[in-house]
Amino acid sequence: MGVAAVESTDVRARGLSPLWVLGAVAFLLVSLVIGVLVGPIELGIGSVLESAAARLHIPGATTSLTPTEEAILWEIRVPRVVLAALVGGMLALAGATYQGVFRNPLADPYLLGIAAGAGLGATLAIAYLPEGLRGQRALPAAAFVGGALAVFMTYAVGRSARRERDAATLVLAGVTVAAFFTAWQTFVQQQNAETLQQVYTWILGNIPSTGWSDVILVLPYVAAAAVVILALRRVVDVLSLGDDEAASLGVDVRRVRLALVIAATLGTAAVVAVSGLIGFVGIIVPHAIRLLTGVGYRALLPLSVILGAGFLVLADVIARTALSPAELPLGVVTAFLGAPFFAIVLRSTRVGP
Amino acid sequence: MTELLLRDVTVRLGGREIVRGVSARVQPQEWVALVGPNGAGKTTLIRAIAGLVPFAGSISLAGRPTRELRRAELARLLAVVPQEPATPPWMTVAEYVLLGRTPHLGTFAAEGRRDREAAAAALARLDLLDYRERRLETLSGGEKQRVVVARALAQEARIVLLDEPTASLDIGHQQQALELLDALRAEPGLTLVAAMHDLTVSAQYADRVLLLDGGRIAAEGLPHEVLTEETIARHYGASIDVVPVGGGLAVVPRRTRGRRSRGQTSDVSTLDQAGV
Repeated sequence: MGVAAVESTDVRARGLSPLWVLGAVAFLLVSLVIGVLVGPIELGIGSVLESAAARLHIPGATTSLTPTEEAILWEIRVPRVVLAALVGGMLALAGATYQGVFRNPLADPYLLGIAAGAGLGATLAIAYLPEGLRGQRALPAAAFVGGALAVFMTYAVGRSARRERDAATLVLAGVTVAAFFTAWQTFVQQQNAETLQQVYTWILGNIPSTGWSDVILVLPYVAAAAVVILALRRVVDVLSLGDDEAASLGVDVRRVRLALVIAATLGTAAVVAVSGLIGFVGIIVPHAIRLLTGVGYRALLPLSVILGAGFLVLADVIARTALSPAELPLGVVTAFLGAPFFAIVLRSTRVGP
Repeated sequence: MTELLLRDVTVRLGGREIVRGVSARVQPQEWVALVGPNGAGKTTLIRAIAGLVPFAGSISLAGRPTRELRRAELARLLAVVPQEPATPPWMTVAEYVLLGRTPHLGTFAAEGRRDREAAAAALARLDLLDYRERRLETLSGGEKQRVVVARALAQEARIVLLDEPTASLDIGHQQQALELLDALRAEPGLTLVAAMHDLTVSAQYADRVLLLDGGRIAAEGLPHEVLTEETIARHYGASIDVVPVGGGLAVVPRRTRGRRSRGQTSDVSTLDQAGV
């Protein structure tokens, strides 16, 4: 066996194949364009491009849109589409991360009690805060605090257990905390029946049309979470061998898992704070990618961000047009679209996750 | 120079001492078999050496106490082949073997040219180069075992700890795997410490045998010194014959009843007496 023979043989991990990246990015771009163009007021693609060119100070470009249309485009539609992309990308990334870290295909972004905690926070805000305070700032803040608090409690309960090294202990602690917070939330909700509708709407999720403020609120968390998780994507592959084998390969399992869980959790809490609980994205998107491509986490994590973003932008278009001028809850759309799509993927592939 | 040195190693798990005061010395390129009845502490001792459970006493690799090594440093000196390694079905052979390079990489780094070469060399050594694009789920038990050894080889460690390396293999694949491990001692020069339950195989392949019982070293030495009828009867509660074969010895169970007798009812009553 000559050395030259070995060197000429390429032993590589399947990374991001250019074809898949290209396909994913194309899907995201098409979704973004559809998201910007479709709405109660039709904007032509030509005039949107002209307006964009004018905004970018390209010489000779002038917008043909009226000032109202300009405002709809740049202050409502574009920020909403961007927000939907951030929320979708984050939920899919967090789902894939939890699935890898906890080696559980059913793990979702809400695994450690975020959903229940954020739900309680939002319910308390809706039930007890005076009408004026409830609006733009207080609800997301309360949801964020509730979600973060629930995850903190999950960690505290999980660590106090004797078998703290076990990832399953943490998941059980999450279930416990979630049950407690959900019961508390239901109690508050029953006491204040008039808030039922509002709480319900929040729980089913929606992307708000609040201009750029929510985008600015969410962006730092999502960006930080994505940087941490994507930087650790090779280690997530190592973690899929289990704690002991990862440790015997030199990985500080507890520290890496903590870093990944904190990143995924903070990103999810930020996203949940503005959009409510949008189910299904964090499970469906990573699994669909896995079933279609069979790749490991190092490729799955980046693809989840891109395709999750595109998927939620499209789902949001449907949420705001299907019953226009009323809006469907986004969680309803993601499940309604996602379930049949996923069933088709399950049926047509043989490769297990 | 001693490759692996254990001094008075004790492991306590859940309030019980699983390994008690084990001291041992392993020389470079030696093959030491850890034998002993179920629950003797073989796996726990291996986990202690690998730094996976806390222990009292001291363990040194090539003169360096493992307690003072960072995880990645330890993993560059010592590789582990677990009894039931996780083999994610979607992973390709190349990807799996490349995971062996983890201790040589920074936390955020991807594999480089040097890592791919090491993985290719490990695959070539085990005759697995043509398998590199195969998914693990498509491999047979024997092929998987070779892939796991290839991962340990790609790790470029000096010592490999193996926990029942041939437990799931038929006799042919068992022999292939053992011959292969033996060859790896000469090139690239590995030192092997293996928990093994097959005493005959231990006698055939190991330079020295270390018999554990109740967490303590009950006997230690050359195979024919440790694997005697009397020692095995005492520690395994087994009645066996030790028969010389070829250059080594074979451990053969002795039937106490005739071949055709049905021992089922009396087996059950024995279990009853034992309080099971």
